[in-house]
Amino acid sequence: MTGDNVNDTADDLLRVEDLCVEFRTAGGVTRVVDSIDFAVPRGGALGIVGESGSGKSMTSLAIMGLLPKGGAASGSIRFEGTDLLAQRESALRRIRGDRIAMIFQDPLSSLNPYYTVGVQIAEAYRSHRSGVSARAAKKVAIEAMERVHIHDAARRADHYPHQFSGGMRQRIMIAMALSMEPDLIIADEPTTALDVTVQAQILALLAEIRRDTGAGLILITHDLAVVSEVADRIVVMRGGRLVEKGSVEDVFSDPQHEYTRRLLDAVPRIDDEIGELRTTAIPVVCGEEKR
Amino acid sequence: MTIPSTVIEVEATPGGDPVLAESLESRPAAGRKLLHGFLTDVPAMLSLGYIVLILLMAIFAPLIVLVSGWGPYEFDQTAIDPNMGAIPLGPFGGISAEHWFGVEPGSGRDIFARIAYGARVSMTVALSATFLTTILGVVFGLLAGYFGGWIDTAISRVMEFLMAFPALIFMIAILSALPSDNRIVLLVVVISLFGWPYLARIVRSQTLSLKEREFVESARASGASGAHIVFREILPNLTSTIVVMATLAVPGYIGTEAGLSFLGVGVVPPTPSWGQMIAAAAPWYAVDPMYFLIPGMFLFLLVLSFTTLGDRIRALIGSSEVRA
Amino acid sequence: MIRFLGSRVLGMLVVLFLVTLFTYVIFFVLSPDPAVQICGKNCTPERIEQIRANLGLDLPFWQQFWEYISGLFTGREYVVAGAVVTCPAPCLGYSFQTGQLVSEMIVQRLPISATIAIGAAILWLIGGLIGGVLSAVHEGRFTDKFFAGLTLGAMSIPNYVLALVLQFVLVVALGWLPFPQAVPFAEDPGQWFLNFLMPWIVLAVGYAAVYTRLTRANVIETLQENFVRTANAKGLSSSLVWRRHALRPALTPIVTIFGMDIAGLLGGAVITETVFGLNGVGKLTADSISSNDQPVIMAVTLLSAFFVIVGNLVVDLLYTAIDPRVRTAARA
Repeated sequence: MTGDNVNDTADDLLRVEDLCVEFRTAGGVTRVVDSIDFAVPRGGALGIVGESGSGKSMTSLAIMGLLPKGGAASGSIRFEGTDLLAQRESALRRIRGDRIAMIFQDPLSSLNPYYTVGVQIAEAYRSHRSGVSARAAKKVAIEAMERVHIHDAARRADHYPHQFSGGMRQRIMIAMALSMEPDLIIADEPTTALDVTVQAQILALLAEIRRDTGAGLILITHDLAVVSEVADRIVVMRGGRLVEKGSVEDVFSDPQHEYTRRLLDAVPRIDDEIGELRTTAIPVVCGEEKR
Repeated sequence: MTIPSTVIEVEATPGGDPVLAESLESRPAAGRKLLHGFLTDVPAMLSLGYIVLILLMAIFAPLIVLVSGWGPYEFDQTAIDPNMGAIPLGPFGGISAEHWFGVEPGSGRDIFARIAYGARVSMTVALSATFLTTILGVVFGLLAGYFGGWIDTAISRVMEFLMAFPALIFMIAILSALPSDNRIVLLVVVISLFGWPYLARIVRSQTLSLKEREFVESARASGASGAHIVFREILPNLTSTIVVMATLAVPGYIGTEAGLSFLGVGVVPPTPSWGQMIAAAAPWYAVDPMYFLIPGMFLFLLVLSFTTLGDRIRALIGSSEVRA
Repeated sequence: MIRFLGSRVLGMLVVLFLVTLFTYVIFFVLSPDPAVQICGKNCTPERIEQIRANLGLDLPFWQQFWEYISGLFTGREYVVAGAVVTCPAPCLGYSFQTGQLVSEMIVQRLPISATIAIGAAILWLIGGLIGGVLSAVHEGRFTDKFFAGLTLGAMSIPNYVLALVLQFVLVVALGWLPFPQAVPFAEDPGQWFLNFLMPWIVLAVGYAAVYTRLTRANVIETLQENFVRTANAKGLSSSLVWRRHALRPALTPIVTIFGMDIAGLLGGAVITETVFGLNGVGKLTADSISSNDQPVIMAVTLLSAFFVIVGNLVVDLLYTAIDPRVRTAARA
């Protein structure tokens, strides 16, 4: 493991140590995350970068305690001092949605088609705060929608997910995350399913929210360009392992690991010479084929 | 009475089409593994065993009957008691060394022989109808799914029309109105007429989604004709679905034939059919329960076996796909 | 919305028309001498003549068909033994065998068929939903395997065999239930209930098995959906996640199928009614087929098709109310 020489402060928002995630299947045990460590300071933004299958999504699911069936996590995940892996499900439910919120990749399938967006934004609020009336919760929902710049929010709160465009739906997901004013937001490939033009808007929105609320952000993506816009620190994963870690400037200007260098090389730049197709072979690691 | 197609639809697309199509690469290895998995699966083997037993019984009925001693149409007046309203002599409906399954009340006919010959009717009708509906269903489903446009509209309308019919009533009505020769052929035709749309519907929807896949696009780009694409690219990907559907259709048709015979519009007496035997046995249920229990048992086990077989095949295909 | 409704109703009428035509053609083509067929078993030459004249059987096919169709809307008149019998709209024909208007025969028997259908439907829906949800929640474990085996058996047993088995066990061997007879509800509710219990169970068993499997598959699939993951990520209580995000999407499609199945049964459960000797529309169908009473056969066939097609339409409409995605498409 290379690169990082910043002293970790005990005051970190999130501190992950020696995290391993394994899946037990009929064929045996597969390790999808292999002993990774990283930290997110208060109000900080961390980018987790890697190809598909590198284990980055599993890491985020492990933090939330939402691993699919057959998955088990070990190590420690300290959120404001509390080890999430040692908590009971009831305690985790209180934390989820309230203090740590998550935004997923595909907003259409991530929203329930049978209920209005207003209801879906409000239900987190009603669930976590006792004695809240439907009307009060709806007001919170409308406010959240306005925070993410959805016009005519009061009327649109009564619309269904399929009545919104892709970019709007992702805003709704962000509104859902926001409504509880969480301390940490985890965004798993929030812009991958969107058009390039909309991507920029969503990233700008995320940056704005960070500024306004001081929430920490973990941004998971395979897109280096996206990371460079939003994150201060970056962690590179490959095959379940952490290959590089550091501030965005450091890693981008002086990558320590071969893999990181190749990833950066693969990103086209505006000042590239036209006509030369730069191909670099990135050697395949066991377990990465067949995705 | 027949298993509604909705169940076949929900359950016959194991894990969804993408999984089915994805296994293109490791075909031979997957096939061998599948076979091994199939041969070691206890319920599947038991079911297959019973099915083979009944098949053999059906095929060799005339020979078997020679061994057991009594034909299906012979009356044995010595086995029934004329003073007690012609119920069979002896316990369990007259089971004895002479009559292995006992005799029918009233006529004294050997039940074993009639079961053996009844197996012929059940298997012939069910297997023929399955064969016919599978061919019709696959052909029309492929055509409708692949070519779309007016072909699809036309075929779909016909399918909707046929599915809107109260099939059972219609089958009964048609069969009762027609003369009674060539009953078996008639049964197969009528059952198939109302049965194929359900299979075609599944094939059509799978074809529709397969059509959009890259391998079809690339085949088209390299100049393959429509027929080639349909038969060489799409059809092989449908094989597992078709196998499962066909296996699950058989028990439905067995039940349908038995039901029609029960209502008196199936094969004409004295040709035995299990359904008809049960109908005849109904009035005697209180005094001679064996008479309805034996054909009932055979029917139940045959339907159970085919359904189990289909279930197990589907589970095996599903799990092997996921692993691949 | 109106346009959506309108096109569906139009489609429905077209299908109904085609079914009527098809049925009529079959009977016309298949019966060489309809008069003899219609007359039935105890026939006299005078009756045959009467039938011929009444039904205009020497008229060309299309005219006869037209008479039939218009009779459905405006009623017809028959001459029976010198007297005129009016058959008010919708005129489903006159049975020369039994000397009754077919519509009367059907109306008399509809309540019994409806009772059987609805009682069984309640049983199978509750049984199926409970079995399916339990199987899904305990997927792969004993409960799931238990229900899998149970439903397999239930789907494989023909309902007439089950009927006989139940009758033998419950009525003859154990004496828990009486021989089924039609006892009006007003007379003796307890007896009425006991009498219908076996037919309800027999009819419900097969459907319950199918519904269990269907519910199980739907619930398991819904639990994999991304929006369930979102609901959990929001930290909602597990009961809320279940109710709103798992069960509601999973069970909604079952409503469609439930509607269709009930509609199909309103035309009479032929086999169940025959086995238990209950005088519903199904038994009427079976009886009229064995006695070859053609107007009745024709009428019950149409009635059944009518229920199925209308049921289809009602269910489609219901779906627009239930599924928001369909609702907005319908309004567009």
